Amino acid sequence: MAHTDQAEPTRRDFLYIATGAAGAVGAAALAWPFIDQMNPDASALALASIEVDVSAVEEGQSITVKWRGKPVFIRNRTEAEVDEAKVVPISDLPDKLARNANLPATAEATDPNRGVEGKENWLVQVGICTHLGCVPLGDAGDFGGWFCPCHGSHYDTAGRIRKGPAPENLLIPPLEFVSDSTIKIG
Amino acid sequence: MAGHSNYVPQSAAAKWLESRLPVISLVRGSFVDFPTPKNLNYWWTFGGILFFVLIAQIITGIVLVMHYTPNTLLAFDSVEHIMRDVNFGWMLRYLHSNGASMFFIAVYIHIFRGLYYGSYKAPREISWILGVIIFLIMMGTAFMGYVLPWGQMSFWGATVITNLFSAIPLVGEAIKTWLWGGFAVDNPTLNRFFSLHYLLPFMIFGVVLLHVWAFHTTGNNNPSGVQPKTKQDTVPFHPYYTIKDLFAIIVFMIFFAWFAFYLPNYMGHPDNYIEANPLVTPAHIVPEWYFLPFYAILRAVPDKLGGVLAMFGAIAILFVLPWLDTSKVRSGKYRPLFKQFFWIFALNAVALGYLGAMPAEGWYVTFSRIFTVYYFAHFLVILPLLGFLEKPRPLPASISEAVLKGGSGKPVAAAAAPETK
Repeated sequence: MAHTDQAEPTRRDFLYIATGAAGAVGAAALAWPFIDQMNPDASALALASIEVDVSAVEEGQSITVKWRGKPVFIRNRTEAEVDEAKVVPISDLPDKLARNANLPATAEATDPNRGVEGKENWLVQVGICTHLGCVPLGDAGDFGGWFCPCHGSHYDTAGRIRKGPAPENLLIPPLEFVSDSTIKIG
Repeated sequence: MAGHSNYVPQSAAAKWLESRLPVISLVRGSFVDFPTPKNLNYWWTFGGILFFVLIAQIITGIVLVMHYTPNTLLAFDSVEHIMRDVNFGWMLRYLHSNGASMFFIAVYIHIFRGLYYGSYKAPREISWILGVIIFLIMMGTAFMGYVLPWGQMSFWGATVITNLFSAIPLVGEAIKTWLWGGFAVDNPTLNRFFSLHYLLPFMIFGVVLLHVWAFHTTGNNNPSGVQPKTKQDTVPFHPYYTIKDLFAIIVFMIFFAWFAFYLPNYMGHPDNYIEANPLVTPAHIVPEWYFLPFYAILRAVPDKLGGVLAMFGAIAILFVLPWLDTSKVRSGKYRPLFKQFFWIFALNAVALGYLGAMPAEGWYVTFSRIFTVYYFAHFLVILPLLGFLEKPRPLPASISEAVLKGGSGKPVAAAAAPETK
């Protein structure tokens, strides 16, 4: 820049830029409440946990309960179903992670990692297909577990995706048995 | 626009108004004296038809809101209340729900007219881009409107479509929760969709004014694709095209009324007469017919993110169409090869629509993939190459010549000095 015919910045240039910058910061700060009002409100967040009495659920039966507006499948699996899920090698699974909120994110999708700890016949999972959010049908599909009618995803008896477009196994919510017959979800 | 009128106010009141707000000369310049190519055929009436449908949707929508309740506990019942109790409620709702289909029938014809006659080419790129924006806002409006009755299809349509956003890496889940206002589609979702469904038609109206402003600045395209050269090539908009458009609108109204009064649920889904149930998904969910080609493209790609990108890409590619078509000749009438590919493309689009309604299995998936590839190839391969490979027919010297000497695109002896532009 040996030669320049541009004038030195004036005090007015400085004021223009300062005014513009203050305006941009103010507009961004003002925009946030208008964007954030669409996020879940206090009443939606308050519905965080539920307790379910499962004493009436016999072996081979399922119930569906609603948690945070979503269906949760609670299944008392038969021995055959558990055995069937146990023999599947991890290498056969499209999604090799347990997707269990009670375990570390890196846990493998073995059957014990999917069932409730110490009560392996119980399988509790969010009944939302991981593809585009439909509710899969129970006791259906090529693997004896769940089948999503929307775009044809097949889940096995441990709720693991086996075939179809869904990318992940059915999600297992945070849960614990607070007594022998009551599950707390959330 | 106003410059096209030589209106001089006569009465004292008109002079008083004109000198303060020149609205009379603006309207006269745009819709009365506006010089319009004299050869516009009936495919050009769909612009006027669309304007009529937009106004009809706004009016029926405003009165429906006087009786509708946007709350998950009351929405379904309030729609039944409109159907059974409100005076003429059944008619207003059927006009509004079928009006959405009519809007898309007219807009697809309007878009394909633009594709055939090259209305997207210079100097009308901005008109075309504004048109694509209108199309996008229309799709958003129709989607959110379909959620309002809170039937099973409303709920599960909303669930599947909002879940598309979860395919976005990293922020997808956060965006989805933000759109829902919760952890599933629920009352906050219904409320915001209602708010936006009321807002967007007025935004469409605004963009429509810009759309008209743009092609009134460049002048209308016309079936010959040749720019008007003399006064003999144009006629004033009124009465020539006001009457032609009005006639077309009335014929369209008959078609509209046939559906609204005799087949009001033909284009809907019976499942939407079952109240929304977040615990049960209907066995076969499909979007409304006007989204089917794009739905087929979504499902053709065996990857969640890839499918979403292909679907949005299928619309986004229209934005750059003016620069993908390399041919200097506008009208398809004078492009023998383009004409054939145009019809193949149209058939391809209809085939995608059919496949979108079919279950995603077996041969349906295979064909969806072939047709999806062809959809993109039409824009990315065929149109760029045709401009170089095709030998267009000679263009008429003027619109008048095209009209007076048959105008069917046949070479017109020696008089037809081929235009190079």
